[in-house]
Amino acid sequence: MTGLLTLLRKELLRFFKVSFQTVAAPIVTALLYLLIFSHAFTAHMQVFGHVPYTAFLIPGLMMMSVLQNAFANTSSSLIQSKITGNLVFVLLSPLKPWELFVAYVGASVIRGLIVGSGVLLVTLWFVPLTFVQPVWIVVFAALGASMLGALGLIAGIWAEKFDQMAAFQNFIITPATFLSGVFYSVQTLPAFWKVASHLNPFFYLIDGFRYGFFGAGDVSPWVSLIAALLGNLLCGGIALVMLLRGTKLRN
Amino acid sequence: MTLPAAAVRFEQVVKRYGRHTAVDGVTLDIAEGEFFGLLGPNGAGKTTLISMLAGLTRPTVGRVLVQGHDVQTAPQAARRRLGVVPQELVFDPFFTVREILQIQSGYFGLRRNAVWIDELLHNLGLTAQADKNMRALSGGMKRRVMVAQALVHRPPVIVLDEPTAGVDVELRQSLWDFIARLNAEGHSVLLTTHYLEEAEALCKRIAVIKTGRIVALDRTDALLQRFAASVLYFRLLRGALPPQMAQATQQAGGRVALPVRGPQDVEQTLAALRQAGCEIDELELRRADLEDVFLQLIGAGR
Repeated sequence: MTGLLTLLRKELLRFFKVSFQTVAAPIVTALLYLLIFSHAFTAHMQVFGHVPYTAFLIPGLMMMSVLQNAFANTSSSLIQSKITGNLVFVLLSPLKPWELFVAYVGASVIRGLIVGSGVLLVTLWFVPLTFVQPVWIVVFAALGASMLGALGLIAGIWAEKFDQMAAFQNFIITPATFLSGVFYSVQTLPAFWKVASHLNPFFYLIDGFRYGFFGAGDVSPWVSLIAALLGNLLCGGIALVMLLRGTKLRN
Repeated sequence: MTLPAAAVRFEQVVKRYGRHTAVDGVTLDIAEGEFFGLLGPNGAGKTTLISMLAGLTRPTVGRVLVQGHDVQTAPQAARRRLGVVPQELVFDPFFTVREILQIQSGYFGLRRNAVWIDELLHNLGLTAQADKNMRALSGGMKRRVMVAQALVHRPPVIVLDEPTAGVDVELRQSLWDFIARLNAEGHSVLLTTHYLEEAEALCKRIAVIKTGRIVALDRTDALLQRFAASVLYFRLLRGALPPQMAQATQQAGGRVALPVRGPQDVEQTLAALRQAGCEIDELELRRADLEDVFLQLIGAGR
């Protein structure tokens, strides 16, 4: 276990040492979104019949921050140590593939949850928020973070240049989070986009997470749970197979 | 009866990249406690061999064993026994020297390693840099940290891939003193280097590889004797060397190096040159060193 815990600790230190950029910055970004969108829409909207827009938005922004930061942690760590070459020190160690997986994804989950909690802390005083089913909140935050941590691992192993990583981020992760219902309830969308949203795995992560706060969502939390588990299985499975085979790492 | 396992064993190892064959059927045993040198020009396959030994590259054919453990089928056991200093200068910019060494120890399951880390820092002249960030170190200092990183788990087999490339004289000396001490304590050492005098001074046995094949494998002293006891150097002022002589020589900047068995050959050689109408200058007879052997081996059949 010492090997795994050491790598986990190293991955945590890596972002703690630059926490201004890895924790504070995403919290400020989420706060800006909240200020702008709540100013623009609060007067016009209530969601699920009774939830004020600002309250509805907060869990969305929390989850968006969890997902993006979990992804950023594994992907940036992998691509940086690949490009600078210091990944060799991990590859020369007797760490097993599953230990690498648990340590990298574990650090991602922790960063995601820290940033998510930070977003909650700074937005809490804007509007009274309910926590109807706290267990769902924690479960979906953790599943979202681990799924994106695994996805970041895949991207980090696959990408050979910062350029490719940026493409993965800008053309897959960001659109998928923005179009998953962070800022709106998909019920309000035209039929086509509603269906499209239901094909987006991130939608279920956010919807299930929000269910924990309000006891209401666009779909049943159990459906979201199954989707979240499948997403984890898929991303985690691919990442593990890549590590086991040494894809792009040991040729 | 089972023979004691070699420190390192390459068995019929082939590595192909597409149509290019980087390593072409290498079989090699490095005994326990040996100080072994792997020499060859750039692109000969040295680093590919080391990468396969380190488990960073998979052999296309054959297998590589560290103290009897196959690096592909028993990677954990093999890696625990192996300390590799990679050729490229790489470092993690987030940490200090001591943090790096603690982390590397942790990867190998060692939680309390402070005494050995201090000893490594001391022996590699890093004590004053211990709490500096890696970014603040000079290239030579970073190289020392890489050596320390490879040794945190006291590996029985130490692999150094061009460890002194671009490193100051002072470190080269202290590094070799330290590695020689570890070797005396029983660690096996595999070294690749461009500095042939280093290999000659340190390695008891040497393999020379060229285009992925071993072209010579022997004790260092035997290798020196076998290929040329002495070398006749001269400057060619006029004329062309006789054909059979031209084949055996190395020429650089008008200076010719001709391997000879010893002083007894000098007279005959000079007569042959005179007959061919050559005029020469700056004649010198020197005992052969590894560089001469190397140039002969690598030059042959070019």
